[in-house]
Amino acid sequence: MTKNTPSLMARYGADTAFMTFVAALMAFLYIPIWVLIAFSFNDSRSLTWPLSGFTLDWYRKLAENTDLQAAIGNSFYVASLATLLTLCVGVPAAMVLHRFDFPGKSVFRRLILLPITLPGIVTGISMLNMFRLMGFQLSLETVVLGHATALLGVVVTQVYARLQRLPKSLQEAAYDLGATPWRSFVDVTLPNIRSAIVGAGLLSFVLSFDEIPVTFFLTGRDNTLPMYIYSTMRRGVTPEINAVGTIIVLLSLLLIVVAVIATRERRK
Amino acid sequence: MNLLRRNLPGALVVGIPVLWILVFMLLPYGIIVTYSFWLKKYPTFLPAFQFGNYVTLFTDPQYLRVFLRTLKISLLVSAASFLLAYPFAYYLVFRCRSQALRTWLYMAVIAPLWVSYLLRAYIWKTILGTEGVLNSFLMWLRIIDEPSSLFLYNQFSMVVTLTYIFIPFMVMPIYTALEKIPVNLTEASADLGMSPWRSFWHVTLPLSLPGVAAGFTLTFCLSFGDFIAPFLVGGPDGNLVANVIATQFGAALNWPLGSALAIVMLIVVLSIVSVSDRLERKGLTGGT
Repeated sequence: MTKNTPSLMARYGADTAFMTFVAALMAFLYIPIWVLIAFSFNDSRSLTWPLSGFTLDWYRKLAENTDLQAAIGNSFYVASLATLLTLCVGVPAAMVLHRFDFPGKSVFRRLILLPITLPGIVTGISMLNMFRLMGFQLSLETVVLGHATALLGVVVTQVYARLQRLPKSLQEAAYDLGATPWRSFVDVTLPNIRSAIVGAGLLSFVLSFDEIPVTFFLTGRDNTLPMYIYSTMRRGVTPEINAVGTIIVLLSLLLIVVAVIATRERRK
Repeated sequence: MNLLRRNLPGALVVGIPVLWILVFMLLPYGIIVTYSFWLKKYPTFLPAFQFGNYVTLFTDPQYLRVFLRTLKISLLVSAASFLLAYPFAYYLVFRCRSQALRTWLYMAVIAPLWVSYLLRAYIWKTILGTEGVLNSFLMWLRIIDEPSSLFLYNQFSMVVTLTYIFIPFMVMPIYTALEKIPVNLTEASADLGMSPWRSFWHVTLPLSLPGVAAGFTLTFCLSFGDFIAPFLVGGPDGNLVANVIATQFGAALNWPLGSALAIVMLIVVLSIVSVSDRLERKGLTGGT
């Protein structure tokens, strides 16, 4: 019994140390976000402590800002199209990786996954060069193509991971029962990977909505929301950006909840 | 005809991704490789095959300095993320006894990924600035008398901001790697009389290395290619490689040089990815 006391105390000490560390990490991650939100309601132009008073003026200013509203509309347009496209290419790509063996498969896999680690700027300028060479005008549509390419890896990893976990016997059973590949995909594979596709789609949408490095090079005269915020920031810090930021944080929170519910697997 | 109809879905499944990769990845990469050998001749560029752009990059001290700075910042960001992420992931997997708390804490670290990247960089600009939240807070507490410019527009602010932004990419792979380690391994080493430290050092840490390698790869490559955060919080001495690339395609209008720089970046990223791939595979075969 006495022998145990020091080790118990050591364990208690270690637990306390771990808890303190975790609390500090959470503070590092979340205090900045609270600061952002707090100053969006502060009635002063400068972002200095202490807070001087409550106001909704910054939100009122947003509501009157037509440039901002156009940028939000553009972002929705780009993110929806890019998500749709990247799913149309990414889901088949994941199936190819899962189902077939062919020469050059590892090169194929690496290329598809490359944009996850490859800085967006390389994707951006390489596609910029190509569009210029082909004589394309830069527009929101070229941004869509850029996003779809950059996000391909995200979709493929998520869908591929789910396909790997499906038992092979399901598909074999479908074939044995005489189903065509198409029917077995629609009736057997698709229902099983649906939540992975929804999750990947939501993630792509959010990432595209927020994307800058690729957009920076591929957009024409129209701004997306992050590009608009970015150009405002270059002129200086203003609580108006905090107000937009607070709205974005709230919407992201909502999306996370949706994603958790949508991708929750029905295990039981 | 029947054959075609039966094979059409298969052909589409293979054809669409392959075509996409050819047109939107291989072709553009091929074009920047080509451009990187061209000559800049004001106001446009001349097709050529010469290594002048690469020679400039590796001999002009200006570019060398930026390259080394980028390397240093990315390494510091990876190291800082690792030091924060590893104990956290370790706590979640091995010490946290409540399943609900574990899920919540994990989500809490991943959730910022869904909050705009740009905003996360902006927040630090508002906090660290001379007229920023931290300075005014410290003055309010009377710890300092006048605003300090120590916090913003230097390498410190860049490392803090990039670590803040990319830390989820370190937590995720380490957590996954630690979770895969069977509990009975550490129990066995404890039964054999190893102290917790020794069994961590000889059992847990080596088995989690593939996750660490993946985390390092992601955080390193992401900070290596970033140009928004350096622009917002980096200040005059904070230009990273990606900022220089952006300038070459913007104000400096030297596409061949910018392309050569992008190719160098591509090669750095590819070599890091393949090294870490090898490490991960070694970890996998060593683990079984």
